[in-house]
Amino acid sequence: MTAFLIKRFANAAFVMLAVALLAFTIFRFFGDPVEMMVNEQATQEDRAQLRERLGLNDGFVTQYTRFVTKAAQGDFGISYRNQQDVMVLIGERFPATFELVLVATILSLVIGIPLGVITAVYRESRMANALQLGSIVGVSLPSFVVGIMLILAFSVSLGWLPAFGRGQTVDIGWWSTGLLTPSGRAALVLPALSLSTFQITLVMRLVRAEMLETLRTDYVKFARARGVPARRVHWVHALRNCLMPVITLTGMQIGNLIAFALVTETVFQWPGMGLLFIQAVTFVDIPVMAAYLMLVSFIFVALNTIVDVTYAWVDPRLRDDTATAGGANG
Amino acid sequence: MTIRTLLLASAALAGLSGAAAAENVLKWGANRDIGSLDPYSYGDSFTINVLNHVYEGLVRYNEDLQIEPALAESWEILDDKVTWRFKLRDGVTFHNGNPFTADDVVASLQRVSHETSPLKGNLPAYVSSAVVDDLTVDITLNGTYPLLLNDLTNIHIFDKEWMVENGAELPTDIGSGVEGYATYNANGTGPFIVESRQPDAKTVFVVNPDWWDEPQHNLDRIELTPVTSAATRVAALLSGEINFTNDAPVQDLPRLDAAPNVEVLEGVDLRTVMIGFPFRDTLVSGEPNPFKEKAVREALYKAIDLDLIHQRVMRGKSRIAGATVAPPIPGYVAELDTLPGYDPEASKALLADAGVPEGFAFEFNCLSDGLVNEEQFCQAIASMWSRIGLAPKLDVAPRAVQTPKRTNGKTDVYTLGWATLPMLDAYSPLLQIFHTKEGNSGVFNWGGWSYPELDALIQQAGQELDVDTRLGLETQALQIVKDEMIMIPLHQQPMAWAVTNEVTEMPLFPDNKPRLWFAQVGGQG
Repeated sequence: MTAFLIKRFANAAFVMLAVALLAFTIFRFFGDPVEMMVNEQATQEDRAQLRERLGLNDGFVTQYTRFVTKAAQGDFGISYRNQQDVMVLIGERFPATFELVLVATILSLVIGIPLGVITAVYRESRMANALQLGSIVGVSLPSFVVGIMLILAFSVSLGWLPAFGRGQTVDIGWWSTGLLTPSGRAALVLPALSLSTFQITLVMRLVRAEMLETLRTDYVKFARARGVPARRVHWVHALRNCLMPVITLTGMQIGNLIAFALVTETVFQWPGMGLLFIQAVTFVDIPVMAAYLMLVSFIFVALNTIVDVTYAWVDPRLRDDTATAGGANG
Repeated sequence: MTIRTLLLASAALAGLSGAAAAENVLKWGANRDIGSLDPYSYGDSFTINVLNHVYEGLVRYNEDLQIEPALAESWEILDDKVTWRFKLRDGVTFHNGNPFTADDVVASLQRVSHETSPLKGNLPAYVSSAVVDDLTVDITLNGTYPLLLNDLTNIHIFDKEWMVENGAELPTDIGSGVEGYATYNANGTGPFIVESRQPDAKTVFVVNPDWWDEPQHNLDRIELTPVTSAATRVAALLSGEINFTNDAPVQDLPRLDAAPNVEVLEGVDLRTVMIGFPFRDTLVSGEPNPFKEKAVREALYKAIDLDLIHQRVMRGKSRIAGATVAPPIPGYVAELDTLPGYDPEASKALLADAGVPEGFAFEFNCLSDGLVNEEQFCQAIASMWSRIGLAPKLDVAPRAVQTPKRTNGKTDVYTLGWATLPMLDAYSPLLQIFHTKEGNSGVFNWGGWSYPELDALIQQAGQELDVDTRLGLETQALQIVKDEMIMIPLHQQPMAWAVTNEVTEMPLFPDNKPRLWFAQVGGQG
């Protein structure tokens, strides 16, 4: 297990370095940050001086090495646009994104799993068919369309929920949360729903497919034969064996949700990391873009590891290599 | 029907709750956030505009965009013609209670003109400043210069003691990797005080009860919320979550107009949209440059159907321009504002005369995030040019990508919008665009032209203290620009703000800058 972890960490470090390299290669095509920083009346000379001060005239390797060295010490520099420390800036936005993703994930599980079971158990019923059809819509609609439609329905027409923003937040240490105030919770509903639409349908379809598979297995038949109530067979015995891929999917998707929350965040003006990144791209704010990409790749790498560990925890056969071989035989 | 009833009910509820709070709140949904609370650390006119509610200059624009005294009560030019003496207003205090004195002015001017300040170009003629007494300041320039007041409208005055206490005497230098105090804190003399700020979420301003001027507004609070997505901004306005936006999307104007609780404020921006030509010896492709011939530039001009662009692309909301500055700008005269007439046959003849009857290929550089409907009008113009036998290669990309190409001569024909801000005078485009590129002049002379007689006129205007003589010189210079077709003007672009019926007074300024100290919120409306 230790060797496995060390290998994972080495892999992770390599992935991060590669991401930084890739990011720096791409930044060259984003354009010139200095043109966005100075105003119209600045002379060519002023612009050249600023470029020099920011170290943008240095060679690619120099810039890359400087970034990696500083990043390794946790210093991502100062945002060109906001003149704030990039880590502080991202730290301020992280809670917003995290809460959004967390609530969206919970929604997707709480709604997706029961729907999946229902559509599998009552697969011939009209409701199941309707849900199946609805899930196709959910999978195929882009999240910004869902977001705009939710805004039109619940903010403009009904006036129940706010169209944008995070409502009132409460600071607990450095963490700001919107979960403790009514306006904060209200503001969370639409973005979380729109972010989780895709996820809900994904979980539902996955659970349905797994359940259909499991319901045909012998142990379910034996359980039924033994007189275990159908409810218990479906929701405990069968469902439990379907959850493995759901855990994997959810774990992997948390990374995706954080990365792709930027669309939802833009639509709902949700002050999270994605919105920060979009702004950074517009203004060629290289320190922010670099730090964001590093952070997101870090989250992906970390989640991969966590999912692997959870696997080992849920499935005893995966706890170590020898057991896996034995498990495969049995 | 039910949805509509609900909408009305919720609007009524929103109105009631607003009245119950007994506060006049302007909820401003902007299309972007300000960079920080420090107007001097990022060359961004929107940030300067917003922070003008907190910080003030020595002089300011009134409701008719005329310069009037603000923190300075009066001024005179001393006998040496290069020193300006400002008498400052007595009894003004900063938001932290400190009195406003000459020291503050000198410290602020030093800060904005410091070599690491991205805004030092806003005071091009500034050399030094000195305290004469507590309420008198001398500003020395590098020569006789008529437009100092125009420049000073945008130079915000900071409190010296506050800057010294917090180590904020210099603008934040990103290169040094250190944050600045003024990024997070503000202390001005203006009509509003910053109460709180969450970047990209909300910045709250409350009224300054000790403002030196008689307030024309009745606001208690301004809540500035950036809502970058245009559709969300429209939705927020319709649902009353914001009651003002300074960027109502053109495609949604009919819908907003039809809404019972929303009023659209439309006008024509000062920004003149122009097309510039290369004057270098070769095009980007390496071929000889036909644009050096005036006949070729004229051919391209006459091939553009300005009416069609106005009707179709700009939906009839732009103003077709014949001059390179808008009518309200000093230096403009109606004689400059004549159109060439759309005549593709004449264009073909001109191309034949210039020795390129079969046309030629060139790059046409446009921005995807620049002017109003820029991509569309660029496409329209490119196809109009194709019709006279030319082969324009349209290159559309964001500003950050295109600007380096433009400044380094890596493109041929390009678009440019110029609003003469912050100067609001024809001297601005003359100096920055049409003058030969040298030193502080011709920074936007991307085509690389040089007309010595034009430069002479511009320099003369830049030293002429008599207003009428100066404007005469500027008009003459603009005439040369027009006759030579150095750049060809297309139109002044439309601008649209929108308010809900809670807002009873919101003057629309042609420089597209909200000045909320003229705004009124009426509660029930």
